[in-house]
Amino acid sequence: MPVQYESIRAEHVQVRTGAGMFDVSHMGQIETSGPDAEGFLQRLLSNDVTRLAEGGAQYSVLCRQDGGVLDDLFTYRLAGGRFLTVTNAANHHRDLAWFRDQAESVDVEVHDAHDDWAMLAVQGPAARAALASIASGELPPRMRSAELRLAGVPTLVCGTGYTGEDGCELLLAPDGAGAVWDALLERGVRPAGLGARDTLRLEACFHLYGNDLSEDRNPIEAGLGWCCKLDTGFVGAEALAEVEPDQQLVPFAFTGPGIPRRENPVAAPHGPGVVTSGTLSPCLEIGIGMAYVPVADAEPGTPIEVDVRGKARPAEVREKPLFGHERRARPGAQ
Amino acid sequence: MAEASYPEDLKYHAEHDWARIDGDQATFGITWYAQDALGEVVFFDPPEVGTQVSKDQAYAEVESVKAVSDVFAPLSGEIVEVNEALADSPENINADPYGDGWMVKVRLSDTSEVDALMDVAAYRELL
Repeated sequence: MPVQYESIRAEHVQVRTGAGMFDVSHMGQIETSGPDAEGFLQRLLSNDVTRLAEGGAQYSVLCRQDGGVLDDLFTYRLAGGRFLTVTNAANHHRDLAWFRDQAESVDVEVHDAHDDWAMLAVQGPAARAALASIASGELPPRMRSAELRLAGVPTLVCGTGYTGEDGCELLLAPDGAGAVWDALLERGVRPAGLGARDTLRLEACFHLYGNDLSEDRNPIEAGLGWCCKLDTGFVGAEALAEVEPDQQLVPFAFTGPGIPRRENPVAAPHGPGVVTSGTLSPCLEIGIGMAYVPVADAEPGTPIEVDVRGKARPAEVREKPLFGHERRARPGAQ
Repeated sequence: MAEASYPEDLKYHAEHDWARIDGDQATFGITWYAQDALGEVVFFDPPEVGTQVSKDQAYAEVESVKAVSDVFAPLSGEIVEVNEALADSPENINADPYGDGWMVKVRLSDTSEVDALMDVAAYRELL
């Protein structure tokens, strides 16, 4: 996927006001099946996999024993007791090795499905209408999946996304992806690149692994405690039960000029912090970002200062999402 | 602007900056090539009037959505005016890099430095 096709801002606005599509085929997939698949994933993934119904989708993190985050993932339960877990591209091989290590002496099959799937994210208020016009059946609601034909191509259609807009993510055979892309293009869905994907997810306050999440951060301080069901006994749960974080990941917005960038130092009332993601919000037209700050400074409205290459830029902690439409479910809420 | 252009009456610096010389004063900006490489400019952080700038040294920053870049001074001197309009309309740097997208005006401290800059033919060779 290119950073942009024509313009990051135009592509961003297209997704907020119409429909855009991202070729996210770089993302990895791991298919887990076999008699013990559910129990196995319950042990690996932080969320309660027993509550994931067939045709459902669930967000979770993958933790080390010490609670450090290896990846954040969406898992879909498919027909026939199979599970499909979508990984971040940069983490795919590490995730796969972790799955396989943990699978020893368990009756499961862990399959690297990256080459089996192309993946398109079709997002925006007009995305569902465009998809419905080429779909063989009813589109799945949010956080559900359905096996349909799109423009004749068998596709796993998932009611998920990474933009804060309505829409679907499509998993389909690579040789069918071109036909679906072209059909959507004909229906007014515009290509969007990596640049817009980043500005959209940041306005929506979705985490980016490698920026806002890492092995050195635990999911509690990252604000992902909601998807960590400690009583399921997942790998890392014991460590996380003891965690009392000093810092918390918060969204913030500048109250004056400037654009925050990753690794900018933060001065908050109770101590230092650090920016993990930053950009200029195309919708708000101000600098926005996410930063780890002292827990005592996590309250929305708290004034902070961000050191942008030597200049102290005033900012304040904000609520999630930084930009969104009230009618939509809060990102991550289930 | 969609089409590459490099006016004949400007002097060019290898860091893709231009200078329009007018006696002992000069106007600075970035070239079509620089704004195209940068993409949509969304923020211009100007220096203050009265600041001394040195040839080949950064004197301002321009940012696109994705990245920040230094702007280098093609000549030395004191800043006597900055383009305040760029605070609200940084996109002028893309739309009109040699006109409304100008960045600063400088009183030159050493007009002989001009001889080290490129003319348009030499600059085009560099691209």
